[in-house]
Amino acid sequence: MTDIKITIDGQTVTVPAGTTILEAAKSIGIDIPVICFHEACTANALCRLCVVEIEGARLLSPSCVAEARDGMRIQTRNERVDRSRRTILEMLDSAINISESPEFMGFMDEYEADRNRFPEAKRRESPVTDDNPMYIRDYSQCVLCWRCVQVCADDAQYTYAINFSGRGFDTQISTFFEKPLPESTCVFCGQCVGVCPTGALKPKREWFFEQGLSPDDIMQLTRSERKKRRRETG
Amino acid sequence: MLKADRVISTTCPYCGVGCNLELHIKDDYIYRVTSPFDSVVNQGNLCVKGRYGYDFIYHKSRVTTPLIRKMPQQPGERTQAFDLSEWQEVSWDQALDYVADRLVEIYRRDGPHALATFLCAKATNEDNYLLQKVFRALFRTNNVDHCTRLCHAGSVVALQQAIGSAAMSNTASEVIKSDCFIVTGSNTPENHPIIALQMKAAVEKYGAKLIVVDPRRLELCNYATLWLPLKPGTNVPVFTGMAHVIIHEGLVNQDFIEARTEGYEEFVRSVEKFTPEYAEMVSGVDRNLIIEAARMYAKAERGAIYWGMGISQLSHGTASALSLVHLAFLTGHVGREGTGLNPLRGQNNVQGASDMGAMPYHYPGYMLVDDPINATKWETAWNIEAGGLNQTRGLTTTEILSNVRPGGVRSLYIMGENPMMSEPNLNLTRHHMQNLEFLVAQDLFINESGAFADVFLPAVSWAEKEGTFTNTDRRVQRVRQALAPRGQARPDWQIICDLAKRIEARLGRPNSAYWDYDYPSEILREVGDVIPEYHGVTYARIEEVGLQTPVADEEHPGTPYLFSESFPRGRGKFHPLEYVPSVELPDDEFPFILTTGRVLEHWHGGSMTRHSKLDELYPEARVEVNPVDASLMGIENGQTVRVSSRRGSIVLRATVTEKTTAGVVFIPFHFSEAAANLLTIDALDPQAKIPEFKACAVNVKPASIEELVNPEAQVLRGRY
Repeated sequence: MTDIKITIDGQTVTVPAGTTILEAAKSIGIDIPVICFHEACTANALCRLCVVEIEGARLLSPSCVAEARDGMRIQTRNERVDRSRRTILEMLDSAINISESPEFMGFMDEYEADRNRFPEAKRRESPVTDDNPMYIRDYSQCVLCWRCVQVCADDAQYTYAINFSGRGFDTQISTFFEKPLPESTCVFCGQCVGVCPTGALKPKREWFFEQGLSPDDIMQLTRSERKKRRRETG
Repeated sequence: MLKADRVISTTCPYCGVGCNLELHIKDDYIYRVTSPFDSVVNQGNLCVKGRYGYDFIYHKSRVTTPLIRKMPQQPGERTQAFDLSEWQEVSWDQALDYVADRLVEIYRRDGPHALATFLCAKATNEDNYLLQKVFRALFRTNNVDHCTRLCHAGSVVALQQAIGSAAMSNTASEVIKSDCFIVTGSNTPENHPIIALQMKAAVEKYGAKLIVVDPRRLELCNYATLWLPLKPGTNVPVFTGMAHVIIHEGLVNQDFIEARTEGYEEFVRSVEKFTPEYAEMVSGVDRNLIIEAARMYAKAERGAIYWGMGISQLSHGTASALSLVHLAFLTGHVGREGTGLNPLRGQNNVQGASDMGAMPYHYPGYMLVDDPINATKWETAWNIEAGGLNQTRGLTTTEILSNVRPGGVRSLYIMGENPMMSEPNLNLTRHHMQNLEFLVAQDLFINESGAFADVFLPAVSWAEKEGTFTNTDRRVQRVRQALAPRGQARPDWQIICDLAKRIEARLGRPNSAYWDYDYPSEILREVGDVIPEYHGVTYARIEEVGLQTPVADEEHPGTPYLFSESFPRGRGKFHPLEYVPSVELPDDEFPFILTTGRVLEHWHGGSMTRHSKLDELYPEARVEVNPVDASLMGIENGQTVRVSSRRGSIVLRATVTEKTTAGVVFIPFHFSEAAANLLTIDALDPQAKIPEFKACAVNVKPASIEELVNPEAQVLRGRY
């Protein structure tokens, strides 16, 4: 494999051809912020938070998928990049409850995002989906990063229980025909919970525990719930 | 949003994959489990048990005080006591003194053969090493065994005979390096879920060809190039039929056979009768599939075989495993990366417990007990007079129970196992348990076996103690204490040491075998000083990443795959085989073959998972019946049926599914209310002594829903 030489924020670095700008930056200790990107998932450049400016390029480039080319000169922080990132964060924050993502809140501070930039924005409200004994889904916290769908599919589990449904603002993660998870192909591996960057997917135990229930209460509750469900389903 | 008080790295206590875990804890409660994405074993992936299955730790019925039965129990009249009101809470001193008194009394009266112990593939290496040391060094008996007898004993014996080593030859994640691999007798996606992910990736991302040989149409068949649906118990004709094709079509690796094996000529003669036509007649598998599978595996650059208990749990389990070994010998698909002979070990620490000598024929390190050189090594290590150790092979688990009688086995010490769920023909097991004179259970819950005990010693769960587990690909990994012990529960190694000192004092042995350990690392050091496989394994070295045995010394990097130069016994040995049918074949009265196994959501006898929310996900036993059989018998999906064999009868709901083939029904063995092992046969493999869990004859008849123990419990599952 041939090596190429690029310059990132003034530092020259040699990397193998095919390396992404994100990886190249990381190799010299420059951390580019990401939301949808995860080391265990295929990168899809959905959130665009990782954009960087490549000298001579018309548009900002998403560093998670953009491959480094020989001689590239890249800036990972400048006014244009920061403004872009700030706007993305402000738009997400205007519609989605990101308060349970410390990483996300950290970016908000770092980029001096204004939490009131879009006061009229419609919020993506959604009731908590509690349809199984293992984990809950709170899509009002979902940033549609796609990680859960990817690990449920070819990136890890090959189970294909969930995918996008709807279009535009109404896009949501869902099972087929919005069936409850136990009736889907879900095997409850929790790979999705493991990669969720916000509080959208959460073990049920954790959800109960943060509501102040004791371990005994949690055990007890599941039993009565089971009875309740049986009554309902007859 | 919760913030963890601490995050503890440890190893999963369920299956043999040995996934790395991070336990997120607040107020001594494990509220979330994650896995590091750079883990070499599981790359951040977990299954439902690994991710959510730890709430049993907090279950109300967990016993955390030592208990002695209020009503003294007599042999022959022993009863089960599940209710705490039948037990007296006692102090640890009272409980341990009582156990020591009774065991020593029986030993003095009847001698070493009257004592026996079941060790535990769930417990740590250190726990297992110590308990076998108690029974060997103090009671001078080799009646020491554990559930490896019930899962892979056939594979272990076959590999010992043919190769001289009984572990997986390669690392599980190497499957992505194979270009063709056979999976047989293993429902990998449910029983080794993370290895199954690697298998699926091998097919989908790396272009490997998969051959599934199994009587069930398992999920893995969706990824297979070929599926050979054989009748249960016909492994030998199918795989020897493949050997016939490989030999007759000149697909053998002549160089490998000449350089690395022996007994080839005789083997070739023995294979003559196993034509594909004969194999088809016996197994029901289309001869063309057998021929195609043989070609595909033999022509592969790197072919591998992975197998589960569909191979070993038969009255000819040893022969079944040997028939697989032969395929690797013929083609040279062993001793290289991405190849190999890989028995997928069931329990988190069944490899380790076996390494630690939890078997009646072997001291730790697979040293045969009837070899005086081995005995001398352990007599030195345990500070015992020369000739002090018993050099007679002990009894296996099923034999221990069948020898319960005056003059035979009188007492049993069970650490963590549940023979009243896991042994075959449970009605007979019950009879044997009732006839014990003294029974000790060391466990978390009063399970079906512990309920028979005189004394209950409350042990801690894996999250409350320190130690090591050795996973299926021989990787020794750390288990760390994440929680304070619940109640008065204590780590197994401490219970055993305190008991051992009491026994030693009562026996008045001149020297102490040594029981004063400050920390489990000292115990592993003691083993490693004697057995070469563990010489170089220290706690300090496995702090971050586990080491794969053998580890020759403290510089040795561990061994990802074995046998690159030679086999432990020198040359690999071919063993001519005969086809021996299963002991009980279907007939007019019992027309179906019952095969047993597990489901994704549960673990074995259910002591852990049935005390967990996992039980809510899968709360009942189901019998799988093929649609063809179902329509013949007038059975509909979800209908209540009675399944009977010559030994017992259970009532449960039927799932009508093509997941099982016509003529074969499947029942998981986790559910005490419909225990599959009431039906299974206690026929044993003559060499490995493993019971024939995978084939017996049953009938299935419609029954009434009122006959169900818990009609309210119903599985609502959409997964395959």
